[in-house]
Amino acid sequence: MSAPPGRPSRITPARVGLYALLVSSAVFFLLPLYVMLATSLKPMEEIRLGQLFALPLHVTIEPWRQAWSTACTGLECRGIQVGFWNSVKIAVPSTVASIFFGALNGYALSFWRVRWAGALFGVLMFGAFVPYQVMMYPLVRALASVDLFGTLTGIVLIHTVFGMPVMTLLFRNYYAGVPSELFKAARIDGGGFWRIFFQLMLPMSLPIIAVAVIMQLTNIWNDFLLGLVFAGRENLPMTVQLNNVINTTTGERLYNVNMAATVLTSLLPLAVYLMSGRWFIRGITAGAVKG
Amino acid sequence: MSNVIIEALDIQLSGVSIISQLDLDVRSGEFLVLLGPSGCGKSTLLHSIAGLIDAHGGRIEIGGKDVTWADPKDRGIGMVFQSYALYPTMTVEKNLSFGPRIAGVARAEIARRVERAATMLQLNELLQRKPAQLSGGQRQRVAIGRALVREAAVFLFDEPLSNLDAKLRAELRRELKQLHKQLGATMIYVTHDQVEAMTLASRIAVMRSGQIQQIDTPATVYNRPVNMFVAGFLGAPSMNFVEGRLERVNGDTHFVAPTLHVDVSAYPFVNPPQHNLPTVLGVRPEHIALSPPSAAPAGRATIALVEPMGSNQIVWLDAQGVSLAVEADAQFTPALDRAIAFAIDAAQVSLFERSSQQRL
Repeated sequence: MSAPPGRPSRITPARVGLYALLVSSAVFFLLPLYVMLATSLKPMEEIRLGQLFALPLHVTIEPWRQAWSTACTGLECRGIQVGFWNSVKIAVPSTVASIFFGALNGYALSFWRVRWAGALFGVLMFGAFVPYQVMMYPLVRALASVDLFGTLTGIVLIHTVFGMPVMTLLFRNYYAGVPSELFKAARIDGGGFWRIFFQLMLPMSLPIIAVAVIMQLTNIWNDFLLGLVFAGRENLPMTVQLNNVINTTTGERLYNVNMAATVLTSLLPLAVYLMSGRWFIRGITAGAVKG
Repeated sequence: MSNVIIEALDIQLSGVSIISQLDLDVRSGEFLVLLGPSGCGKSTLLHSIAGLIDAHGGRIEIGGKDVTWADPKDRGIGMVFQSYALYPTMTVEKNLSFGPRIAGVARAEIARRVERAATMLQLNELLQRKPAQLSGGQRQRVAIGRALVREAAVFLFDEPLSNLDAKLRAELRRELKQLHKQLGATMIYVTHDQVEAMTLASRIAVMRSGQIQQIDTPATVYNRPVNMFVAGFLGAPSMNFVEGRLERVNGDTHFVAPTLHVDVSAYPFVNPPQHNLPTVLGVRPEHIALSPPSAAPAGRATIALVEPMGSNQIVWLDAQGVSLAVEADAQFTPALDRAIAFAIDAAQVSLFERSSQQRL
């Protein structure tokens, strides 16, 4: 029986092939996550059996509790919750600051006739492509000379500065899509640099701010190197703490606790992606501003 | 109400001279239209009056005050843009009151001004809407209202109707004219649409490559254009041009071309022309008559094409390769491809010197 004309049949060989590919790649990428979750819910006796892909027989949340509050990092045994709060203290101000300055830069470069604006932007972009490692030692020396090395302020400053090129680019491109007549109208209405920025441009920037928050929050949360070098012993972020938990080798390796700690560390970026997918797409497609 | 005086204005954009040595005197309460093709510098001129583009030289005076280097907000102007340029995150009311709020006008006074503008422009129902919830015509009304609320002495319009469809454009054009009558404010209006220029202007300034070609009342610019550019820019279909020469016979002057012949003895020449001067005759479609009842015809041509316009029709003649547009009334039934005699109203023609393209 052939399908009625006009409405193509839903299931075609191409569709079947497409879904087969999608499902198999989804399984492939989800497998590690499954292993982590399954292992983290098993007691050590079950793990010793070596059946990596088996579901846990006796589900326990004890490893999660341990990972959060009692796992040892070197001499201290207060879990990775310390790192979690450190990461929050680093990521939140860094995200806010880098977005604010990125938006400000993008706004100034797009609308105000800044002298050498092109060259300035070029230098900023060049900065984005220089590998971190090259700048590490000079930065350490520079921060140390102003007594900011190994402090919370220091690491926030570092993240803000490293976030600037991309944030500036993001906002500059967004504002390039805003009709210049809008800015001119505001100038005639008497708006100055700051008023136009705060009352007109920032409220219009919500979609791109959402994108920027997602980018910066996940980037800064996932950072290891900068946190390790600049944060100082008191402010080590969760990623560094996780590494310490896993590498603390006294006695048996607690695979379940390690797995739980790892999942806990990646929970925030994961949540951000899952919750903000809609905003993310909206931000990317929000090139044209109607109004 | 303020007048605007521009003296020896020079404007350069990234090193390219857009306007040089331009003088313009806009009278108080006048509706001046800057008309010209795109790229002629009319928008640049308007933006420099607004203070959005810096002058390179010369001076601009608004209401007797030198504002050449003043901030846009201190010039006593309101401006309406082609893209409306409404603040998308603010309601209509907030859009209207943005300027006065920044200027620190008292709240009651702002409310009064918004109320007045909204009533004049029929925006009362829409005050709490966002720009995205308005139609094109409503958006442009809000943009005009924003200039009104500023209680500007000079209103600047930058092609405000170009984004609207034909019907709305005609409607808003009438409203603008009404508004000018009501306010009596000085208005400077940029457009490339000659219909807008003709209908709205007290005076039209026709611009080309950064220079004002002619500035005068619509009737004068239309009937007595100073050069072929102005002549061709106004009117649709545009003025017919026929190349020929002037012959002086027994004190009479005749325009002679291979295809036609017109006695122009009564033409108000600025200077008496020489014999055999290469000349271009300009005649508007409405000044050519088909199958003239009496009088000597100017020439003969075949009817090539007819465009009915409803109230009248445009008949395209082919006079041995020269194409002539003729406005005929709707009753006339032309026979295609037939030869026909035509007459030219000698009192209404324009004559231009061929090389300089200037009016004789």
